[in-house]
Amino acid sequence: MQKSLAPLLEDAQEIVGLRQNQLQDNIVASIYSTAEQIAGEVVSHTSPKRRDLDRQIDNILTSPIWGFPIMFGVLAVVFWVTIVGANIPSSLLATELFWIEARLTDLFMALNAPGWLHGFLVLGVYRSLAWVVSVMLPPMAIFFPLFTLLEDLGYLPRVAFNLDRFFKKAGAHGKQALTMSMGFGCNAAGIIACRIIESPRERLIATLTNNFVPCNGRFPTLIALVSIFIAGSVSLSLSSIVATLAVAGLVVFGIAVTLAISWLLSITILRGEPSSFTLELPPYRRPLVGQVLVRSVLDRTIFVLRRAVIIAAPAGGLIWILANATVDGASLLSTLAGWLDTPARFMGLDGFILLAFILGLPANEIVLPILIMSYVCGGAMTELASLADLRHLLVEQHGWTWLTALCTMIFSLCHWPCGTTLFTIQREQRSRRWTLLAALIPTAVGVVVCIFINNLVRLLDLV
Amino acid sequence: MSATTTLNRLSNGSFALVKEVMAEGLTRRRLLDLGLVPGTKVEVIRRSPAGDPIAFNIRGAVIALRRDVAGQVLVSPWK
Repeated sequence: MQKSLAPLLEDAQEIVGLRQNQLQDNIVASIYSTAEQIAGEVVSHTSPKRRDLDRQIDNILTSPIWGFPIMFGVLAVVFWVTIVGANIPSSLLATELFWIEARLTDLFMALNAPGWLHGFLVLGVYRSLAWVVSVMLPPMAIFFPLFTLLEDLGYLPRVAFNLDRFFKKAGAHGKQALTMSMGFGCNAAGIIACRIIESPRERLIATLTNNFVPCNGRFPTLIALVSIFIAGSVSLSLSSIVATLAVAGLVVFGIAVTLAISWLLSITILRGEPSSFTLELPPYRRPLVGQVLVRSVLDRTIFVLRRAVIIAAPAGGLIWILANATVDGASLLSTLAGWLDTPARFMGLDGFILLAFILGLPANEIVLPILIMSYVCGGAMTELASLADLRHLLVEQHGWTWLTALCTMIFSLCHWPCGTTLFTIQREQRSRRWTLLAALIPTAVGVVVCIFINNLVRLLDLV
Repeated sequence: MSATTTLNRLSNGSFALVKEVMAEGLTRRRLLDLGLVPGTKVEVIRRSPAGDPIAFNIRGAVIALRRDVAGQVLVSPWK
């Protein structure tokens, strides 16, 4: 059947030729005229009041004066609520989960279990699971419902409308502003959100650059390092403001890199991919608050728990083994770090930092714990009691300078996406090539920028 | 009366009737899918704070198009 259809289609194409557009147009026109006729018979319109209200809201939210301030204000509030709101449940969860760890340890002792079994299962597998759940769950369970509420309201398309001009200059789509915002919550979620971009080229650009916005798994690392190295040097009353500004600066840097790389992609490897832009500004709606909260909190909880069990737990076990298996008196972890030390130092890092990023491939939120673990040689991931302890460990014992911290933060912002994100890219794009590029592009940017900054600063004798 | 212009040249608040869509390929298909077939009445609603894109009322839906895309839709102003 198909065989006989192909030549017929070819013939038809030949006959229709240049008039093919005409044919398409006629089909669409007749579909619309039929639809119009049917709609005219059965649809009655409500009063124009509703529409006027929408337009008045748009007059404010997309106004040349108020549009941008309102947008940044809303984003700032979302971040503030997420970061502040996550603190309390985060420490509660940590207390609970580490209490359970202590009980597990008691149990292993009571059963007279061998030390390595306790180490592997409790200090490796369980502890990383507990860590990921307590660090990731609260911010995710706050950020995503807030975002879903904005989406439900109909505000997000207005953000795309306001910002499209800037993305257009970078060869990208206004909706990329939304996939980037999603990326702040979780890059894997940002990648899935790229489905809203209907144009294949712009969707690819958004996918390949999403990793340049720091996700919830990287924010805690950035905030900790900023607090120690930048805010620590000013008076206490100013420090939280300075820390906020510094993190905001890093985010702005990430956005600048996103736009620059988007532009490069659009004029190089993605040139010629088909592109189109249409954006619907749907009517505003009253969000179903209860439903959104329940659904989205549940969704996120399941996501984080799944991720903790499938990815963080096995990774924790592996890292415990690396830290505790010794060859010639040195742990595998420090041997590997030794190999990486020279290239890492060229980038302003050290072997342990680079190794922590590599071992952190499964989940970005375990990078800092791995680093601390390998520094203290305790053989298991530990949370230091305070930032002062962390500062002491990094600066006094391992020779960190502000440059080390800066390069670490930049590399955290620009390196390969986490395993979940790569997996998601592969699933969405169904192409090994794009998945590979999604890992290579940010890594290349991170390596180049770190090498540049490190050598420039050293050349200028600023450290 | 039926002077021909393009969608991007109309000022906010004005109306026009679609004459022809000049775009090709993916963009043409999308514009037609939105209902921009000849004879359709379009209202120019607003411009983005940065001037581009432009929001139109097309068959009751508010759709934003970029200037260069809107420039490929031939219309005659409607009073």
